[in-house]
Amino acid sequence: MTRTRIILIVLGIAALVAAPIGQGNYIIYTLTSWLLFSISAMGLNLTLGYAGQVSLAQAGFMGIGAYVTALLTLAGVPWIAAALISITSCFAVGLLLGWPALRVQHHFLAFVTLAFNTLLFLVLRNEEEITGGSFGLVGMPRPSVLGIATDSNLNFYYFALACFLISAFVMWWILRSPWGRAFKALRENPIRAESLGLKIRRQTLLAFAIGSAFGGLAGALQSPLVQFIEPGSFALIHSLKLLLMVVVGGAGFFFGPMLGAAVVILLPELLRFTEGYYLIIYSALVIVLMVFSPQGLIGLGQKIWNQFRPRHETRRDMKKGFQL
Amino acid sequence: MAELIQILISGLAAGSIYALAAVGFTLLWQASQTINFAQGEFVMLPAFFVLVGMGLGLPMWPAIGFSLLLSLLILGVAFKKLVVEPMLPHGTLPLVIATIALGLLMKESVKEFYGATAQPFPAIFPQKVYHFAGASVSAQDIGNLIVSMLAIGGLQLFLNRTRTGRCMQASAQNPAVAEILGVDVKRMVMYTFLINAALATIASVLISPIYLAKFSNGETLGLVAFIAAIVGGFNQIRGALVGGLLIGVIDNLSAVYVSAEYRSAMPLILLIAIILLRPQGLLGTKEGRAV
Repeated sequence: MTRTRIILIVLGIAALVAAPIGQGNYIIYTLTSWLLFSISAMGLNLTLGYAGQVSLAQAGFMGIGAYVTALLTLAGVPWIAAALISITSCFAVGLLLGWPALRVQHHFLAFVTLAFNTLLFLVLRNEEEITGGSFGLVGMPRPSVLGIATDSNLNFYYFALACFLISAFVMWWILRSPWGRAFKALRENPIRAESLGLKIRRQTLLAFAIGSAFGGLAGALQSPLVQFIEPGSFALIHSLKLLLMVVVGGAGFFFGPMLGAAVVILLPELLRFTEGYYLIIYSALVIVLMVFSPQGLIGLGQKIWNQFRPRHETRRDMKKGFQL
Repeated sequence: MAELIQILISGLAAGSIYALAAVGFTLLWQASQTINFAQGEFVMLPAFFVLVGMGLGLPMWPAIGFSLLLSLLILGVAFKKLVVEPMLPHGTLPLVIATIALGLLMKESVKEFYGATAQPFPAIFPQKVYHFAGASVSAQDIGNLIVSMLAIGGLQLFLNRTRTGRCMQASAQNPAVAEILGVDVKRMVMYTFLINAALATIASVLISPIYLAKFSNGETLGLVAFIAAIVGGFNQIRGALVGGLLIGVIDNLSAVYVSAEYRSAMPLILLIAIILLRPQGLLGTKEGRAV
């Protein structure tokens, strides 16, 4: 880690702390949901960008997290315990789903997660006695931390920011650990990595389960933020959106998911004048981006940056890591 | 018993339409390793081309021809030239993302430019119901079953009996060797995309009188096409056919005998079971190379 990088990160955190001060409720709410989606997309990035697996159930995992937290906090369990249970259950479901899917050819995880997300939606909608059906659940209490209530939107923003920073740190630590570094080895040269004793399948499975657990945390935060959850917010289309988020930002880059989440959350505000055409413009942009820069916006930025800095090698390893 | 026959026939009729979409899906996969996440939207769109054609004053059959032409151009040629071709060198993932975005694009465009409500669609078969042995079977179901079976049968004959068809198979199995032997691989891949567009048009024209033409039809159809392709076997046309029919029958059976709420869950459970027990699909063969 270079000194400039540390300075930049400190400045970034300072900007995040200063951002909501003096802003209206709507902007604070938007910023908070950006933090949540960044957490979820960060998890998906571990699965997609580092382990090279497509998961189409990240919104489903957010749903598990949101519903588990909602049901437990409504029953009087403190948020922190509920959130831990949410994270653990997402991790366990991730292991259960990933184990059979990764046993066979590698694109099967995409299909299994696709089926899982759809099934989960059906269960959430139909089991009305537990989940409230399509009316959803309302009135989840917001947690209080160290005696400070997070009922005001500003306080909740700082609470979400703390969770975001902790998860970013955990992710950074995972990626720096010998275990996380093994992913780069897998991505660059899987045969060599395996011959050095790395268990590809176990690594990939754990990456998927941890990625899902991040989705669980995001869901656990979403339930007290919105204080209303319904099955529609966790349908397959939202998993696809999360996937697009990661790829647009730059899969396999640490800051890719945060940038992607910012684009997906802020773009509707910027393109508000286009009214209904927003999704049309967005999806067309994604196709164009995929043609010219499959490494996403960060990859595009690096490409442009390298134009001005000759003799700087671009990431060749992405070619391997990007295969489905 | 009569009820069962009735369910079976309508299940087979629906399943044969799913099979059309699934066969196209497998063909694209074989020819260019394209996992087309927009396949459902590919089946949704041609129905709207027909409606646009009829809006311009064309009678039904010329409008269907007009739709076929547009589909071949947009879903066949343009899809291959503008989306798939430039992305092939990047590997599979960017293409998967691009087809997901393309599906979204098609769905939202139809919603914005044509309409968000379900549009009535002209029936191509007479609205008659036949009765035999206590079961009532609609002419529409029988017509759908016959047309899609003819389409798939014709395709099978084309692929196995004609020179072009065999060249297409060769390019799918081993493009490098096919190229050395003088097969124009690029053209063969293009044919595959055209066939997929044509199959999607047939499926669209058959299914829209039943479900009405709606921008969101692709969501379920795409999922069903996937499941049918995987259940039957990703690398076999007859696998996709069996998969489609099976899904259609299971779907209709579970709607009656299990529960209407969990009707769409049954194919998904079947999918997970197949992946667990027989990942290459019911009729699929194991692929030697890693795909």
